[in-house]
Amino acid sequence: MFEVFTKLADWLAYDLAGLSSATKMGQALHFFVEDTTKIFVLLVVMIYLIALIRASLNVERVRDFLAGKHRGAGYLMGAGFGAVTPFCSCSSIPVFLGFTSAGIPVGITMAFLLTSPLINEVAVLLLLSLLGWKFTLVYILVGMMVGILGGFFLDAIRAERWLQSFALKALEQGRQNSSVDLVSAETMSMSERHQFARDETLEIFGRVWKWVIIGVGLGAALHGFVPDGWIEANLGDGQWWTVPAAVGVGIPLYSNATGVIPVMESLITNGLPIGTTLAFCMSTVAASFPEFILLKQVMQWRLLAILFVMLLIAFTLIGWIFNFLFPVL
Amino acid sequence: MKTIKVLGSGCAKCTKTAELLEKRAIELGVEAVVVKETDAQVIMSYGVMRTPAVVINEQLVHSGSIPTQADVTVWLQS
Repeated sequence: MFEVFTKLADWLAYDLAGLSSATKMGQALHFFVEDTTKIFVLLVVMIYLIALIRASLNVERVRDFLAGKHRGAGYLMGAGFGAVTPFCSCSSIPVFLGFTSAGIPVGITMAFLLTSPLINEVAVLLLLSLLGWKFTLVYILVGMMVGILGGFFLDAIRAERWLQSFALKALEQGRQNSSVDLVSAETMSMSERHQFARDETLEIFGRVWKWVIIGVGLGAALHGFVPDGWIEANLGDGQWWTVPAAVGVGIPLYSNATGVIPVMESLITNGLPIGTTLAFCMSTVAASFPEFILLKQVMQWRLLAILFVMLLIAFTLIGWIFNFLFPVL
Repeated sequence: MKTIKVLGSGCAKCTKTAELLEKRAIELGVEAVVVKETDAQVIMSYGVMRTPAVVINEQLVHSGSIPTQADVTVWLQS
């Protein structure tokens, strides 16, 4: 069903612009046109459909659901909800405090907040259309594991000790009065759902379109202008040090999943091993300095540092494991 | 005299919400002071998890998006 975009790119790059498919410039333009048109159409259609379905899911309901859940199930559900619940990253501090003051353990809250930027409908759509379902499935599983194990670890070391004092107080109060005022589940009519889905589509599209252009543009540049075989020859064996190096480069780069996935596609087709690519991309998306500065409001430096090192180690391990397993996949 | 607080960590949507409220108050001739509240602890005390949120005379009336023109009018006139 995606051939129409290839044909459009053929026509634009080779017929209209008159470039040869053998030139770097022609290939780069073809890649750019094919991917941006495909992604834009998919985004609009799928965001709308997904928003229709999940219109009545919001962070308040997730909190009420997670409050008082058994820990083991809590991490899994925290990560699961993190993947499907829509919320703007500028709300992560209020969400953290909202969960905390409902007595939800820090680990479960962090499972939610760590998974959220890694997995969302836009990321999954892009992965499906650019890298296929197998890779998508692997990505989702790995993203969930980061959230679940990360959350588990934070509770195991009793991370709440290093919250800012007001946040810790809120957590303790929340544990005592376990009866949270449940938000009544509002039922939505079809026209309300349509309204929500339309707004959501406009909102998300308005936010991500430039990331798509930047991401695909970078991918196209890599495609067209990095000499064929260079990545494969220099980094293709998955030498052990390439993974921590990729994480080190990825962390200061700040991007969201939308911008980085087209780059991922380009890196993989150019022969960068899957583990190195995953490590690079996940560290770009999940660990960003602006986010950490925000978290300072609720966490002490010590906990921030632990969180940072934890993510660093997690992404490096992911990279190594996948480079090791890649021939099997 | 209405005291309006816009809760949010200073994101673009919060600024737009505050501007919308100020503009509408002037248009309707309602006396109002609009303050932006960015402190996480204060936001928590209103039980808000999705920003921007709007508090009018200490009453939470809205959370999670830029409010509609119609909603703003109703809040200001009530």
